[in-house]
Amino acid sequence: MITLSHFIVLGAVLFCIAVASLFINRKNVIVLLMSIELMLLAVNINFVAFSRFLGDVAGQVFVFFILTVAAAETAIGLAILVLLFRNRSTINIAEIDSMKG
Amino acid sequence: MAISTSILLIIALAPLLGCLLAGFLGKFIGRAGAHSATILGVAISCALSIYVLYQLCTGAVPVYNQNIYTWFEIGKYTATVGFLIDKLSAMMMVVVTFVSLLVHIYTIGYMAEDDGYQRFFSYISLFTFSMLMLVMSNNFMQLFFGWEAVGLVSYLLIGFWFKRPTAIFANLKAFLVNRVGDFGFLLGIAAILYFLGTLDYSTAFASAPTLLGKTLQITQNHAWDAATVIGVLLFIGAMGKSAQVPLHVWLPDSMEGPTPISALIHAATMVTAGIFMVARMSPIFELSEGALSFIMVIGATGALFTGLIGIVQNDIKRVVAYSTLSQLGYMTVALGVSAYSGAVFHLMTHAFFKALLFLGAGSVIIAMHHEQDMRYMGGLRKYMPITWITMWIGSLALCGVPFFAGFYSKDAIIEAVGESHRWGAGYAYACVLIGAFVTALYTFRQMYLTFHGKERFTVVADHGHGHAEHAAHHDAHHGDAHHDDAHHDDHGHHEPGVLHHAPKESPWVVTLPLVLLAIPSIVIGAIGAKAMLYDGWFGEAIHVDEAHNVLAELSHEFHDWFSAGIHGFAQWPFWLVALAFGIQTYIYLFNPSVADKIKSALKPLWTVLDRKYWVDDVYFAVFAKGGVKLGRALWKGGDAAVIDGVLVDGSASLVQRIANGMRALQSGYLYHYAFAMILGLILLLGGYWLVGQ
Repeated sequence: MITLSHFIVLGAVLFCIAVASLFINRKNVIVLLMSIELMLLAVNINFVAFSRFLGDVAGQVFVFFILTVAAAETAIGLAILVLLFRNRSTINIAEIDSMKG
Repeated sequence: MAISTSILLIIALAPLLGCLLAGFLGKFIGRAGAHSATILGVAISCALSIYVLYQLCTGAVPVYNQNIYTWFEIGKYTATVGFLIDKLSAMMMVVVTFVSLLVHIYTIGYMAEDDGYQRFFSYISLFTFSMLMLVMSNNFMQLFFGWEAVGLVSYLLIGFWFKRPTAIFANLKAFLVNRVGDFGFLLGIAAILYFLGTLDYSTAFASAPTLLGKTLQITQNHAWDAATVIGVLLFIGAMGKSAQVPLHVWLPDSMEGPTPISALIHAATMVTAGIFMVARMSPIFELSEGALSFIMVIGATGALFTGLIGIVQNDIKRVVAYSTLSQLGYMTVALGVSAYSGAVFHLMTHAFFKALLFLGAGSVIIAMHHEQDMRYMGGLRKYMPITWITMWIGSLALCGVPFFAGFYSKDAIIEAVGESHRWGAGYAYACVLIGAFVTALYTFRQMYLTFHGKERFTVVADHGHGHAEHAAHHDAHHGDAHHDDAHHDDHGHHEPGVLHHAPKESPWVVTLPLVLLAIPSIVIGAIGAKAMLYDGWFGEAIHVDEAHNVLAELSHEFHDWFSAGIHGFAQWPFWLVALAFGIQTYIYLFNPSVADKIKSALKPLWTVLDRKYWVDDVYFAVFAKGGVKLGRALWKGGDAAVIDGVLVDGSASLVQRIANGMRALQSGYLYHYAFAMILGLILLLGGYWLVGQ
């Protein structure tokens, strides 16, 4: 029997993977965007699971919103990425440090 | 009928107008325009002053005392501009404008080729205006305004040749020493406002007796008598302006200014402002025996000891300068024994004969191509007879030879001191009596060295440049050439005692003032003595307590000017003068080597006098050097270390240090920021969770 805690654990595991990939990945901005997406999805799983468990549809509606916003955000992120690559000919994170104090 | 306000306004403002014309439009109206405008202004002022004095003397008009203009109001106090014209101020107005007028005329000759011609006329007219505001004032505030204004003009004129380091040194010195006095004066005025609630003369003097018994807690455990404190503070102001010991050091140095200024400001008028002020405030000074004793002792010390310095001076102007210090001492002694009229009378006679002596010295200096050292003069009498005769008249007046102006005033002072029973009167009497002898010593020495004996200069014909140009060049740049290395190059030669043409009598613009001053130097004493000293001519202007009215006691012995003059021949002062005359005549006319013998025999004494009792050296070492040290300490320690180092630079470097630590956090790497965000999130949630527990 799959219970609520399974979903929550799954969400937590996904979230941790995403966070870990943020730190471990020191090369690629695309991977960075992907891990951010993964974080959002982990949260979405929590939303859906709680929605089902509590019998409240609002949680699932929120998931749609989040998915929409995430899609838009990714689009913008990729657009920025394209510009970045055009200007600096690289998307290596380690080289993008012009904001250094 | 009363004195018309508009006449008084014209008297005060005509010189100011002249000053503005010469000062601001000097380039436009030219040299002749500048001197015509200023002379006209002062002449109008002088004529109207005489008219006002005449009106007062005939008794046709009452004393004028009116406020004319409200300057400003602060709380309950209203500062006004107003005039108090009684015989005292009218007499001062006449003296000031008359001497000023003659000095204006004299300046045409003395400053003929100076680049700052218009500026000079502008300054002396400004001085006349300021001095008039001072003497005509009817309140302490306006008095203080005039007081500071004459100080300013004095500063400007001592430093008139502002390219000379010595002149700048002298005017700074004068300014700083005067600040010391002015500080006391300001405190005195403040004390009057505090105790009497008004700065108006008539109101303040009317309520002055209420000062009796009042005290002021300055130090712990001792309450000071209010009248004494006020008197001493006001007199400290007079000590600065009238160059009394120990604030006298600026006056000899002020001789760096052009000679007309020495005559007008540093002999005849400005330096007597302190004497005038004390006389004007007699109702307040009369309340305090202590303050008057203080004044008397200070004055007596100055009268004798500064005179002694005059004996060893070689600079012709400095002899006259020390003589001025000594005579100011006499006036101060007279104030100290409550003989205010005597002081003011001596002020007036002194103004004439001392201006005469200074202008005469200036005339000699012109003839000698700005050589001021008497050791290189001698025998000038045959070259410049008018200067010679007029200076003898001035000298005899200064020494107090009977029938000359100085006799009546000085003798009255000496006798008044003798009559006084105030604390310290014995010391003062000794000082003024010996002072009479000393006065004669330096005066006759100066006259003999300058006009008599052998010629100690040589005339070398020089065809390099013409006479007129040569003299002019000197006039412009060499007030004190032998002290002034910077200008030696002008001629490429300036050996002392070497002239390029024989000395000759000065032009009429120079000799006319000498003659016009010589006349009052002879007669003014005889004319004024009885009225001013003994008959209460000043009326309400001067208040003397009956208990110690020494002049009233003397008046029983005074019948008329002639018998007083005859009587003078039998007095001590005359015999002292005669003795000095004998000594100096023997030394300088018949046996000049004696002077050097005496000098080497009394070497220690001579050194003391030559070093001016080391007063200047002590002031320089203590105050000037100390001031520099203090300034340096505050600069290095206070400003550079604390304010700059700790506060300004310190706070900046603190911010920098913090920022340096902070910037390490700003790595620019995305994953660092992300980590910080996660960490923050965890801390936030953890905090929530902990609070929830």
